[in-house]
Amino acid sequence: MTNELDIFVGNTTLIDEDVYRLWLDGYSVSDAVGLRVRSGILEQTGATAGVLQSDTMDHYRTFHMLERLLHTPPKLLHQLVFQIPPSRQALLIERYYAFDEAFVREVLGKKLSKGTKKDLDDISTKTGVTLKSCRRQFDNFKRVFKVVEEMRGSLAGNIQQHFLLSDRLARDYAAVVFFANNRFETGKKKLQYLTFGDLAFCAELMIQNWTPGAVGEQPPDPPPYSQVDDMDVDLDKEFLQDLKELKVLVADKDLLDLHKSLVCTALRGKLSVFPEMEANFKNLSRGLVNIASKLTHTKDVRDLFVDLVEKFIEPCRSDRWPLNDVRLFLNQYSASVHSLDGFRHQALWDRYMVTLRSCLLRMYHD
Amino acid sequence: MPGKLKVKIVAGRHLPVMDRASDLTDAFVEVKFGNMTFKTDVYHKSLNPQWNSEWFKFEVDDEDLQDEPLQITVLDHDTYSANDAIGKVYIDIDPLLYSEAATVISGWFPIYDTIHGIRGEINVVVKVDLFNDLNRFRQSSCGVKFFCTTSIPKCYRAVIIHGFVEELVVNEDPEYQWIDRIRTPRASNEARQRLISLMSGELQRKIGLKVLEMRGNAVVGYLQCFDLEGESGLVVRAIGTACTLDKLSSTAAFLPACNSPSKEMKEIPFNEDPNPNTHSSGPSTPLKNQTYSFSPSKSYSRQSSSSDTDLSLTPKTGMGSGSAGKEGGPFKALLRQQTQSALEQRGGSPHRFCRNREFPFFTLTAFPPGFLVHVGGVVSARSVKLLDRIHNPAFVGIMGNTRSYKLLDWNSFNSDEPETRDAWWAEIRQEIKSHAKALGCHAVVGYSESTSICEEVCILSASGTAAVLNPRFLQDGTVEGCLEQRLSWQPGFFSIGQEENLPAGCGFCHIPYDELNMPFPAHLTYCYSCRKQKVPDVLFTTIDLPTDATVIGKGCLIQARLCRLKKKAQAEANATAISNLLPFMEYEVHTQLMNKLKLKGMNALFGLRIQITVGENMLMGLASATGVYLTALPTPGGIQIAGKTPNDGSYEQHISHMQKKINDTIAKNKELYEINPPEIPEEIIGSPIPEPRQRSRLLRSQSESSDEVIELDLSHGKKDAFVLEIDDTDAMEDVHSLLTDVPPPSGFYSCNTEIMPGINNWTSEIQMFTSVRVSRLSNINLTNQTLNKNFNDLCENLLKSLYFKLRSMIPCCLCHVNFTVSLPEDELIQVTVTAVAITFDKHQAVQTTKTHVEKSLQRASTDNEELLQFPLELCTDSLGSHPFSPAKEHLESASSNSGIPAAQRAVSVEKASPLTEGHFRQRSAPACANSTVGVVKMTPLSFIPGAKITKYLGIINMFFIRETTSLREEGGVSGFLHAFIAEVFAMVRAHVAALGGNAVVSYIMKQCVFMENPNKNQAQCLINVSGDAVIFVRESELEIISTQQPIASCQPACGGGEIAT
Repeated sequence: MTNELDIFVGNTTLIDEDVYRLWLDGYSVSDAVGLRVRSGILEQTGATAGVLQSDTMDHYRTFHMLERLLHTPPKLLHQLVFQIPPSRQALLIERYYAFDEAFVREVLGKKLSKGTKKDLDDISTKTGVTLKSCRRQFDNFKRVFKVVEEMRGSLAGNIQQHFLLSDRLARDYAAVVFFANNRFETGKKKLQYLTFGDLAFCAELMIQNWTPGAVGEQPPDPPPYSQVDDMDVDLDKEFLQDLKELKVLVADKDLLDLHKSLVCTALRGKLSVFPEMEANFKNLSRGLVNIASKLTHTKDVRDLFVDLVEKFIEPCRSDRWPLNDVRLFLNQYSASVHSLDGFRHQALWDRYMVTLRSCLLRMYHD
Repeated sequence: MPGKLKVKIVAGRHLPVMDRASDLTDAFVEVKFGNMTFKTDVYHKSLNPQWNSEWFKFEVDDEDLQDEPLQITVLDHDTYSANDAIGKVYIDIDPLLYSEAATVISGWFPIYDTIHGIRGEINVVVKVDLFNDLNRFRQSSCGVKFFCTTSIPKCYRAVIIHGFVEELVVNEDPEYQWIDRIRTPRASNEARQRLISLMSGELQRKIGLKVLEMRGNAVVGYLQCFDLEGESGLVVRAIGTACTLDKLSSTAAFLPACNSPSKEMKEIPFNEDPNPNTHSSGPSTPLKNQTYSFSPSKSYSRQSSSSDTDLSLTPKTGMGSGSAGKEGGPFKALLRQQTQSALEQRGGSPHRFCRNREFPFFTLTAFPPGFLVHVGGVVSARSVKLLDRIHNPAFVGIMGNTRSYKLLDWNSFNSDEPETRDAWWAEIRQEIKSHAKALGCHAVVGYSESTSICEEVCILSASGTAAVLNPRFLQDGTVEGCLEQRLSWQPGFFSIGQEENLPAGCGFCHIPYDELNMPFPAHLTYCYSCRKQKVPDVLFTTIDLPTDATVIGKGCLIQARLCRLKKKAQAEANATAISNLLPFMEYEVHTQLMNKLKLKGMNALFGLRIQITVGENMLMGLASATGVYLTALPTPGGIQIAGKTPNDGSYEQHISHMQKKINDTIAKNKELYEINPPEIPEEIIGSPIPEPRQRSRLLRSQSESSDEVIELDLSHGKKDAFVLEIDDTDAMEDVHSLLTDVPPPSGFYSCNTEIMPGINNWTSEIQMFTSVRVSRLSNINLTNQTLNKNFNDLCENLLKSLYFKLRSMIPCCLCHVNFTVSLPEDELIQVTVTAVAITFDKHQAVQTTKTHVEKSLQRASTDNEELLQFPLELCTDSLGSHPFSPAKEHLESASSNSGIPAAQRAVSVEKASPLTEGHFRQRSAPACANSTVGVVKMTPLSFIPGAKITKYLGIINMFFIRETTSLREEGGVSGFLHAFIAEVFAMVRAHVAALGGNAVVSYIMKQCVFMENPNKNQAQCLINVSGDAVIFVRESELEIISTQQPIASCQPACGGGEIAT
């Protein structure tokens, strides 16, 4: 005798958090049943494997039905079919949109297109995240990206409004969208040591300071359809253009020497790696300024993180600078520019360096 | 023209994409009532249209208002081709027709399509202006209130309980009309939905008219059913109890609430104007029934042989209470009566008004205190009928024009036709009535009717509990006549006053029949409570446990399950075969119930419901009831096993082994259900003793009972134990199957009555659910044994699954567990269960002597605690007013869960608490803050624990059809039905919310007919649900309101009605 049909429908939709996790993790029903058996639930409840199988199937079916709604979370709140308490709705959404660190590192900065989706197989093998779960996470990225891509206003705010995510998760998604939109390269071997947290941190700073939305007040009367740049998703083109002006800091030999002497005077005796710093100053400064001046090219924007690591972090690391010395150096390095009389782009320099300094500090680890 | 219906279409949301090119929809709405149609403008290119229409006004008769549903169709405008239908909403406007119910229907309704399911929602406002019409000959019955609840609704007082009302309406089933061959499945489904909606409207109106004739103003225990007879048509029938109800004043509504049937009933004024004429109309002649018990097989063979001539195959059975242990058969209660005389009697009084007198039946299962005087036992009758086409006049079948659906009331139309459904039921009711009479009872309570149809064979069943009622509540003269008659048998037992002096809670157990002229052999003893009257050793009833009954320990769900194979046959042969099988099934079901009851150590069954289902090649019987130990009845004897082949060593050993197992089980069950009756010396039994002494003794023994050592086996030797003879393998199987029923896991109880006897400290956490299973019988060579085992396993596994699923609610009780079995196809068994799980507070059970204030505080804190412990409970309670520290309460409750293994307890607490890990994040999420959908609770019970019902908004009675031609794509049969049931719940909730309510009580899924054809990738399902829409207020909130300003403010606790956008 086999059960052809086996369902349970509650007036309040029952959500089993453990089963939800298994479902999100992409386990098949039979795998999930196996895992639940191993968790010792049968002994605790005195249930049989058949009961567990039926229960798991039932939850999976419910989740499958809810998935359509989870794609547009506000619908989950307004729909009438599933009566779910608000706290549970929030939990469903939050968990559905949560992603694996390992997975996100693989796709961060990649184009969220079908082509990449074919690579999900490889990512699944590499990260140990099931293909199903990879699909869900990838589709989540893509869905969020599509919705907020063209939207004006705060990126994280838009995401939170349209997907009802918690603050933290919305900001993570903002980072994912920002990376995907600007296609920053993060997959190179030398960037592997960076965590998603590091990159999300950088993204947040860049969104805050380097996008058109960052200039403080918005244009008073924005033409409705001529807006070319999105407020938060793209880097501020004007700003990138202006960054060329910084080149004078390394191109003008006097200015460079003056800058170096100002920094050296201030830091003498305070750095454990002072000689190395002194010897490398010009290289480091050239590196940082050149990165800035090249950001008008899309290709160089993409390589921003690679350049930062190659031009600054690796040299420091090979000389074994302690983190604190890096901090002191960067502070002094950016502050001293204000004392350079011949340099007129103080505000531009600050907008560039404040963000860059924080990013570098965050990225400076093993 | 007594009514003006006004409809406004506000907006839509979440509409489906109808235009692939633009991914948008050009939606407009058609509003139809009767044959008038209005249309809104087309709202172009939007999935969330804002129509904001004018008020569409329909000026209609109140007759139409009652019959017709308001039909709202959402369509996609298409310039070049026909407009595509998105879906429909049917709104029953009946609740707007009586003054005390809802005044406006306003809210979001799911847009439903029979092929695609729910496709978005529409916001509609509906109002009715009624003009008074004092026309005596009116056909409408506006103003009569309907309740599904089978007790007097909570905020009403019964002035008079008039009695039984019934009606049925017949029509051709659109599914089987010739036109169905050329129309789409959607059109066919919609025709069917609409027809049934019309028919039930008409049925309700007609019942209402009968009630008005009886000078009542309400129908309580209204039960409406559909018989899908296939080719032969569609029958909609309803029964109910006509009452005159008085609304309790608002101050009374704020009295300390009691969940049990209201105590306000105590002082019902004596009805001072009994109609003197009615006295003579009743059958006050002495019983002339030839009542005798006999071997069932014999009688039934005779019955069926006679039936061959007239096709009316009616095995007539009655089931009394009581058993006769030594004689072996519990089915000595078999009654057979000549219905001939009764039918003649009926013919003499064709007037409807008198017919009500003829059937002193009550569909109520719970009664005002003092109403129920004695209970005789269960009476039931079944009849096998062959269906033939209902001859409809030619004008039916013109589709489209609404009034051409002129419905047929068989009574009025074709009354010369002998084989009418009406006559069939009349026959069965007559049968029931005479069974009741044989039990010395003048009335039948807890009465219900059902059918099972397979092809052209139909089993009609009716059952109820024979009872003697207190005539104070009844206008009916019949009752008094009977009562007199009864009293004349038993001199010295007259006045009600004396009756009331008896110790409470045993009166209803006393036998109503004549001891010297018993209808069936039964063991009588003197009542264990009062020692004055005789009681049977076992009592079976179909009603809820009376509130004043005293029980020991807790109750439990008892089920008897049975299958019998039957040869496939046609027409008459088939009917004959079935009616030959029926008595055996009844007998076996009864035996199983009795055995299981004894095994549980209990002595009474309440809420008994026996369902016999007919299929192509088998019959299934499923009986459910709640077993309890009534203090008034004797301690049940054990079960003794006797072998038929003595002098066989190993066999004897086996027998004794079995005996031991059974004894162990009884002992274990007694412990589990806390059955430890006070021990009463043998000599007291059988000799009435002076009352004062008896009383004091009783009190003492009760107070001692808690710390008394349980001596379990005491009665086994002395009493007549129930003897099971094992003479072949069949009997062996039976004994085995007795022992296979496993008790629910600790922390769980289950019953099929309203509430669990022995548990009274409910928290307000409830979860109503429906579970459906369909099993395919694999092997072709089925035997009765394997079939029985399969069926038993199916039910047991289903229960196990429920316990597992609801484990987070422990300690909890499944109440009103309602099993339904159907046999949709040859090898398929479908079991549908609807029940409500209610969490109770173990901790609180001990402290019964609390002052009201303390109690209310505790209650408030319980709510508080729930919030913490069970996220299932939607957070609608305000936290601010609760004085207790949540954390403390939390700990307390955790520590009180002593029945659960520690590890598991920890898990459940942790998992359930929203304060623990994984939750803190969501606090900040916006989803918590702005949920816009009001919570609507659903329960099959007539009350909501921890809350007070302040208003009844009207009856909900909905019928849906869902069909698919892409079964695989919708997740197979399970996915299809799961989605459909969820949608049905959603539509019920939406209608309740639109009425301004926040709960449905007495909810019942009356039908769930599922048909599949996996080869064609198709499935179809029909669901019929009903219940009462209400507004409830949490008791904790109620007290706050009443202390602040004691006025009747009937605001729903959750603001369920209004949905802000």
